[in-house]
Amino acid sequence: MSLSLIILAFVTLLAASAAMSLRNLVHCALALAVTFAGLAALYLNLDAQFVGFAQILVYVGAVAILIVFAILLTRSGDTPNEAVLAPGWISGIAISAGVFTVLGWAVLNSKALPSSGTLSLAPAATVKDIGKVLMEQYVLPLEVIGLLLTAAMIGAVVIALKEPSKSSSSRGDEAQIKKTEQVEPSHVGSYVGEKKGAA
Amino acid sequence: MADKIDQIFVTLKALLLGYVPEALQPLVSGLLSVLLVLSVFPGIFALVTVIERKGLGRIQNRLGPNRVGIPFTKIRLCGFGQFIPDGIKSLTKEDVVPRAADKVVHYLAPIVMLVPVLLAYAVLPFGRHMTIADFDAGLLFFFAVGGAVEVSVFMAGWSSRNKYSLLGAMRAIAQMISYEIPLILSAVTVVMIVGSLNLSEIVQQQNAYTHGLAHWFVFTPWGLVGFLLFFIASLAESNRCPFDLPEAESEIIAGYFTEYSGFKFALFFLGEYLGMFAIIGLGITLFLGGWTSPLAALTWIPSYVWFFGKLAAIVFVFIWIRGTLPRLRMDQLMNLAWKFMLPLALINIVVAAIWHFMAVDWPRWLVCSALIFGAYVVLGRGLMKHQKLGKRTYRFAE
Repeated sequence: MSLSLIILAFVTLLAASAAMSLRNLVHCALALAVTFAGLAALYLNLDAQFVGFAQILVYVGAVAILIVFAILLTRSGDTPNEAVLAPGWISGIAISAGVFTVLGWAVLNSKALPSSGTLSLAPAATVKDIGKVLMEQYVLPLEVIGLLLTAAMIGAVVIALKEPSKSSSSRGDEAQIKKTEQVEPSHVGSYVGEKKGAA
Repeated sequence: MADKIDQIFVTLKALLLGYVPEALQPLVSGLLSVLLVLSVFPGIFALVTVIERKGLGRIQNRLGPNRVGIPFTKIRLCGFGQFIPDGIKSLTKEDVVPRAADKVVHYLAPIVMLVPVLLAYAVLPFGRHMTIADFDAGLLFFFAVGGAVEVSVFMAGWSSRNKYSLLGAMRAIAQMISYEIPLILSAVTVVMIVGSLNLSEIVQQQNAYTHGLAHWFVFTPWGLVGFLLFFIASLAESNRCPFDLPEAESEIIAGYFTEYSGFKFALFFLGEYLGMFAIIGLGITLFLGGWTSPLAALTWIPSYVWFFGKLAAIVFVFIWIRGTLPRLRMDQLMNLAWKFMLPLALINIVVAAIWHFMAVDWPRWLVCSALIFGAYVVLGRGLMKHQKLGKRTYRFAE
């Protein structure tokens, strides 16, 4: 265990616990951004440049901002008065410990992991290698993910669109607005004409 | 001789490192590079603030600052000493923090702004063999640290507890996220052609000459479009006019840094300009050949002179645009990004792929230019379709 790993782990865990326990939701979101950055630094510490930079680009640059926007748009910035810990926190800890156990067991018993003798040799994967593998070996999963994301985006646009069915009253408003718009230029013209006439 | 002058900073650094014990050499080497960035770019920032004020003054038919020269002498230097009193003023002003502000976040925001911007300089090649951290995923690193700036803008806007600050921050984040997409997509074309994310490698590919003219990517159809898209998007990313809605002095005072004063304000100002220089430097590296010279006959001029000369030229264009164009409206801003620049950047990627796979001959020039021109016309028509631009009617006071 190197010193850099200990420092990074400490910062990441501290930020993560702050993200859980702070009272102000925006502070929690900012602490979460620090956690993401700490995770990225951990990846970089392991020489995984692509994953580390992608983590910063996607999580700190986009997801953290998205979370912050969601908080600001959905509730007022007032500090809540209730307790920080939700009532079901014991069961939450039990479930997360269970998930961690299953994941750890799966990773440690995975055949993709080299046996402990060769573990010290980190595989050197450049961005080029990752791109090649994505485009050749794993091109089908990549395309499926692309399709899924496109579908999600179209869904979001559909949800955000104005509903046409209940706009009978608003349509009337629009028509009225259009009418006034049509009226306005001639009105302006007559106004200008009058002025000119007066002059 | 020319070669020696070209490499003078590299040899100087090697000479200095010779005096340091072996174990400390990586640390001292890093410190030297950091010191150079920390002294050169804020220096350029100081000069650019004066040049901008003078340039805008000339464009608006006034003189601009022309008094301050060297203190205690009669030398005026055409007002180029102006940045010294500006700096002293911002250092000595009272640091006002609003009572309702979120103190910690308010304090951290300018730091979170400046640190990623300074990190971005690590991967830019300023000259031949003059990259601080020359690694494989340099371009990705640049965009990744750029993403952290948005967080700082939000921190500044939210923690001030001021409606103008929050509005400015919202505008800034919406604008940055929208224009980051065409920015990255226009850079992707270069990565496709070069086949590497390493910025030194990208410059090296453009360092070749046919008929005495350099192989800069801007001299190809896809590169020209890519450069123009990158240029517009970098204007927006650095919150410069005509995309200065986040700051819009006449509407929301100064946007997200309304509630900052004194040195923190100066840090925001510095961060914004350093971000602008960094993104211009990336544009130069990607499309304008980095430190290479445009003509084979001019390669005797040192590489760093070319880099900083190009930087100065583009900064001048930025100032010129600021003095010329009015501010966009929010809907115009979003329409330009999502309905024009994004589709054009996507089409440009396809064009770059066609360029890569066609034979090196005149047909590929014809095909690629025709594709881009067609896309430009169609997209431009689409953008203008719902704009009822009739003859203007003027009303005059009589």
